[in-house]
Amino acid sequence: MSDRSNMKAETGAFFPRDRNWHAPALTPGYKTSVLRSPQKALLSLDNTLSEITGPVFGHSILGELDNDLIHNFARPGESAIGERIIVHGRVIDERSRPVAGALLEFWQANAGGRYRHKKESYLAPLDPNFGGCGRTITDEDGYYRFRTIKPGPYPWPNGVNDWRPAHIHFSVFGHGFAQRLITQMYFEGDPLIWRCPIVNTIPDRRAIEQLIAPLDMANTIPMDALAYKFDIVLRGRRSTLFENRLEGN
Amino acid sequence: MVQALGLLKETPSQTAGPYVHIGCTPNYAEIAGICAADHGSVMLDDKTRGERITVHGHVIDGAGAPLKDALVEIWQADGAGLYNSPSEMRGKSDPNFTGWGRCPTSADTGEFLFETVKPGRVPFRDGRPMAPHITFWIVARGINIGLHTRMYFPDEAEANAEDPLLARIEHRHRVATLIASGKSPLYTFDIHLQGEKETVFLDI
Repeated sequence: MSDRSNMKAETGAFFPRDRNWHAPALTPGYKTSVLRSPQKALLSLDNTLSEITGPVFGHSILGELDNDLIHNFARPGESAIGERIIVHGRVIDERSRPVAGALLEFWQANAGGRYRHKKESYLAPLDPNFGGCGRTITDEDGYYRFRTIKPGPYPWPNGVNDWRPAHIHFSVFGHGFAQRLITQMYFEGDPLIWRCPIVNTIPDRRAIEQLIAPLDMANTIPMDALAYKFDIVLRGRRSTLFENRLEGN
Repeated sequence: MVQALGLLKETPSQTAGPYVHIGCTPNYAEIAGICAADHGSVMLDDKTRGERITVHGHVIDGAGAPLKDALVEIWQADGAGLYNSPSEMRGKSDPNFTGWGRCPTSADTGEFLFETVKPGRVPFRDGRPMAPHITFWIVARGINIGLHTRMYFPDEAEANAEDPLLARIEHRHRVATLIASGKSPLYTFDIHLQGEKETVFLDI
């Protein structure tokens, strides 16, 4: 698993999370949070080795089509139906440093808003050529990209008439387990974004804007696919673990 | 005005949602053929060193019901107390142990289960040994940001008594929420999201 021995070791504690920037646990507009939110205060503690370290994944875990959702579930010679797009960006930390070797996993509904999951009963049909999941690992500069179709909006039983905006879920591993993050990417200009109770769990409009990927015409492939750019920022870290010994840099 | 610090803001978390399995455990979600095995489903093999244990439990909501759509990840040191991570500077960890596990809570029963080894002790920031522990990270529909906590072992009373993190818990009766029940090789760790038995969660 740790075949990245050429990577400069990082041993510092991560910057504390700004928990006013993230959503609080209890957000009653998103109903499921009511019974699934801790009511007591979190115990705050500077990172120990248990949080500074984390799993790092090598390319050996990736399949050839893992970053191509248009084809990775499709029958030979066929492809998923929908708006063909490229999603790309960088994983960097709060100090703007690239996070190389970061594993990203993503999942999404198909073009009609239907997920391939047995608990899902939305009447929009499955696409026989679309599975809806993929993964990739950032390069040495923190870049990633994958190809997919743009997911459709999706109704969900929260309010009587709530619809999720088009979105792609991202799971991100940095270098330390304290950086572990799951989030959702939205698409520029979608009028459903600002009506969504899950989006609106986040109190600060600027934080919500950080989840909206702009259309990126410079990276489209003419006559093939549009592009959206989505950068992901993980927690930055201090440069040393043992401040009293000044190890590291 | 003063100069800007120039730091970026962390990408905000969002819930993993009810279909987290599609992306994180596609085989469990019955999406076959995209990846051979779900990541994190196997942590060890025949050559792994250390005491083999099984850790299982449930994640329970404020009404007492187990979550049947959560995803639980664990991260731990190997049997000798070393992490399988490039940030581990104290030595090379067991090459036959990943240290990282991932398990969806069962759609039928809500149970999660990990086959692993008992972790060795790891030093705290000041060098004092922490008690053996496993880090847990829980995401699910209704959880806006992943919840961090730790599981400690009931048969390590002496080490637990001197553990620097457990010592920070002001209300002493809540220490018990981080200590599994059972005995080797089978430990049970139930995670209560809210209410009287609420697990201590960490901002770490």
